[in-house]
Amino acid sequence: MQTKNPISIKMSLKIIVLAKQVPDTRNVGKDAMKEDGTVNRAALPAIFNPEDLNALEQALRLNDAHPGSTVTLLTMGPGRAAEIIREGLYRGADNGYLLSDRAFAGADTLATSYALSTAIKKINDYDIIIGGRQAIDGDTAQVGPQVAEKLGLSQITYAEEVLNVDETARKVTVKRHIDGGVETVEGPLPIVITVNGSAAPCRPRNAKLIQKYKYALGKQEKNGELKHADLYAARPYLNIQEWTVADIDGDLKQCGLSGSPTKVKTVQNIVFQAKESKTLTGSDADIENLIVELLTNHTIG
Amino acid sequence: MNYYTDNPSLKHHLHHPSMKRIVELKERGFADKDKYDYAPQDFEDAMDSYEKVLEIVGEIAGETIAPNAEGVDHEGPSVANGRVTYASGTQENLKAVREAGLMGISMPRRYNGLNFPIVPYIMAAEIVSRADAGFENLWGLQDCAETLYEFGNEDQRQRFLPRICAGETMSMDLTEPDAGSDLQSVMLKATYNEADGHWYLNGVKRFITNGDADVHLVLARSEEGTRDGRGLSMFIYDKRNGGVNVRRIENKMGIKGSPTCELVFKNAKAELCGDRKLGLIKYVMALMNGARLGIMAQAVGLSEAACREADAYAQDRKQFGKAIEKFPAIYEMLTLMRAKADASRSMLYETCRFVDIYKALDDISKERKLTPEERQELKKYSKLADAFTPLGKGMTTEYANQNAYDAIQVHGGSGFMKDYACERIYRDARITNIYEGTTQLQVVAAIRHVTTGTYLNQLNEYDKIEYKEELQPLHARLQAMTSKYATLVEKVTSTKDNEYIDFHARRLVEAAAHCVFGYLLLQDANVDDSYRRSAEVYVRYGEAEIDKIHTFIEKFSPKDLDLYRH
Repeated sequence: MQTKNPISIKMSLKIIVLAKQVPDTRNVGKDAMKEDGTVNRAALPAIFNPEDLNALEQALRLNDAHPGSTVTLLTMGPGRAAEIIREGLYRGADNGYLLSDRAFAGADTLATSYALSTAIKKINDYDIIIGGRQAIDGDTAQVGPQVAEKLGLSQITYAEEVLNVDETARKVTVKRHIDGGVETVEGPLPIVITVNGSAAPCRPRNAKLIQKYKYALGKQEKNGELKHADLYAARPYLNIQEWTVADIDGDLKQCGLSGSPTKVKTVQNIVFQAKESKTLTGSDADIENLIVELLTNHTIG
Repeated sequence: MNYYTDNPSLKHHLHHPSMKRIVELKERGFADKDKYDYAPQDFEDAMDSYEKVLEIVGEIAGETIAPNAEGVDHEGPSVANGRVTYASGTQENLKAVREAGLMGISMPRRYNGLNFPIVPYIMAAEIVSRADAGFENLWGLQDCAETLYEFGNEDQRQRFLPRICAGETMSMDLTEPDAGSDLQSVMLKATYNEADGHWYLNGVKRFITNGDADVHLVLARSEEGTRDGRGLSMFIYDKRNGGVNVRRIENKMGIKGSPTCELVFKNAKAELCGDRKLGLIKYVMALMNGARLGIMAQAVGLSEAACREADAYAQDRKQFGKAIEKFPAIYEMLTLMRAKADASRSMLYETCRFVDIYKALDDISKERKLTPEERQELKKYSKLADAFTPLGKGMTTEYANQNAYDAIQVHGGSGFMKDYACERIYRDARITNIYEGTTQLQVVAAIRHVTTGTYLNQLNEYDKIEYKEELQPLHARLQAMTSKYATLVEKVTSTKDNEYIDFHARRLVEAAAHCVFGYLLLQDANVDDSYRRSAEVYVRYGEAEIDKIHTFIEKFSPKDLDLYRH
């Protein structure tokens, strides 16, 4: 891992945003799951993981407050996940990397954090690594902390706002969400921060940036006939960088399925089959019965 | 919610065949493509960019501005120590549109604008209005930048326009306590100080929308001793220089989020914009025409919002065992509301296209000499824009009011409560047919084009279009409506009695509008079947309205004026 001189005075920050393309599990229709209990990705739109957008906003705010900083997105996924990088560019990120290789497929949180931390080492220069608390497809909240561990960095989880970065003291002050309230903590740079969904929502796409970057493509997306093919040589920023396992000098055994000790034991397929409606009166007895019923079937409590 | 993608009508109007010409003119053969990394490469690229930016507008409107609307209406802006504070929701809205880079949409790229034509710019205004008509006022005042661009000098453009594109707001300070519709009576005094070479403004302005803006365009009397419009000039006041305070803000019926200010100018340093004495007769007229287009957009957004509120309620509300939308008395209202909203939108974008072509040509004429064909084109579209703007502003704002009224009626008693958005829409709509010239004043501007035949000529152009077989019966009805309109015009104008013509002017202008709106919907239905219903319904409505007007005028004798005179 890299070492930083703690007394060096820097005028700008190098920020890496970890982001994931996820199936939109918030709007699940009836074909959301396949027969075998795995997610039917074809039926769900692929979106920018919501809390990663909160993280991106924190990164962009730091960029606003510390002119000359760079915001770099890092994501792992199939070729179409380059969309995540574009969405970042539309909002003010400077560049991004897509980790994409068959060997990365099937990764659990351990293999994912191995891949991400290896890529971060390859990027080499960073002050803040920031990502969402968790992704809505796995809900583990493990990747951020594991990346910090693998890089030997401090971490602040459940952040709601990065209040200040003191570049001289190389210290960051963060407000974080805790049970029943918030607390303000400090940590040394470089650091890993995971951001809670209660943080500020991400800014909208910018009209000029969307026009500037709309043709940006990853290598795998550049098949078939390209619109304005000549632009890609003239405007290097339209070529989204993709990295394979080899590009980041990764150990194949620690990537993807082979690097994933997590094994799925069983999958339970829960199908909601409510067919009839129930009419309740405003009486205390009816309300009480409803509460008891909801407690019994674990809908609440 | 995305207010662009959930309304396919917008895409339909954006992709009108005339856009090819408009984009070609606006982009000057795509000369910016190697100079600016966000400039389009070709026509398709430009259209794609308009859509992508409108998607951003739609998302902000649906996700930020609309959810904030109720709170903004309730909280409103406040004033302390001469300065305005916006409602908290308004501040969020402004932050969002600034971050999205949606200020200075129509400005050239060399001033950091997006160089969009009027069509997509006004479309954004319509989308914003559907979410919150009051917020559209603040955002839409970027229109003033257009006037500053057209009439300011290069130094002024370079100093002010990038600031507007970066998100600073504007206001147009025209009306005074004794100068509302009659702007010739403006008294705010502009004095030239020989010693320092600056102009100084003194006096009071009233009913100024967003009066605490960063950059103001001010109409003031620069020629001492004059009393009419020829003594007025236009000035730019920069808030950074100080000298203007907000004395109070009005407590209004609607568009409550938009602060309407009384301004006191005390030796406020200002600079002349354009030439002396042309303030009212040239610049304000241009400013008002742009602003009227903005109000039309506001009206269309409100009409759309009213339709959607009424539809949703009528589907949901059950009485006598079924949804109320199933009752003829309700569904007639709903369908007519939709027809009026669709007609209003068609009129709005037809007018925008006329404005786009003539403005782009006018701008080009400052760079090079126009060809004779281009000069012809400029003249033609300038005239059409001049005719369609007051006709459209007058009618669409009345329809916005009618739709808002009917939306409440569909809601019944619930609509009278603060619980539903329709009551806010109703209050917000009420100003649209008043400001930027009342409907009565739009009629004054439009009647010229009734008597000189601009509308009739354009109706004849619409008549020549080839319509699909199944639309022939409707086309025939429109032809009959048009000839009835022509007869009425002839009957009234042949009296050569100005008072008599003025008395019937509103009726004649409305009759023209029914024909124009009907033909526009016929053209929509010609390319997209989903407009068939609105076309059928509107023509039936307009036809009956023209018959009503016909009966009134037929039975009216000039001496009947005595019954009405005051």
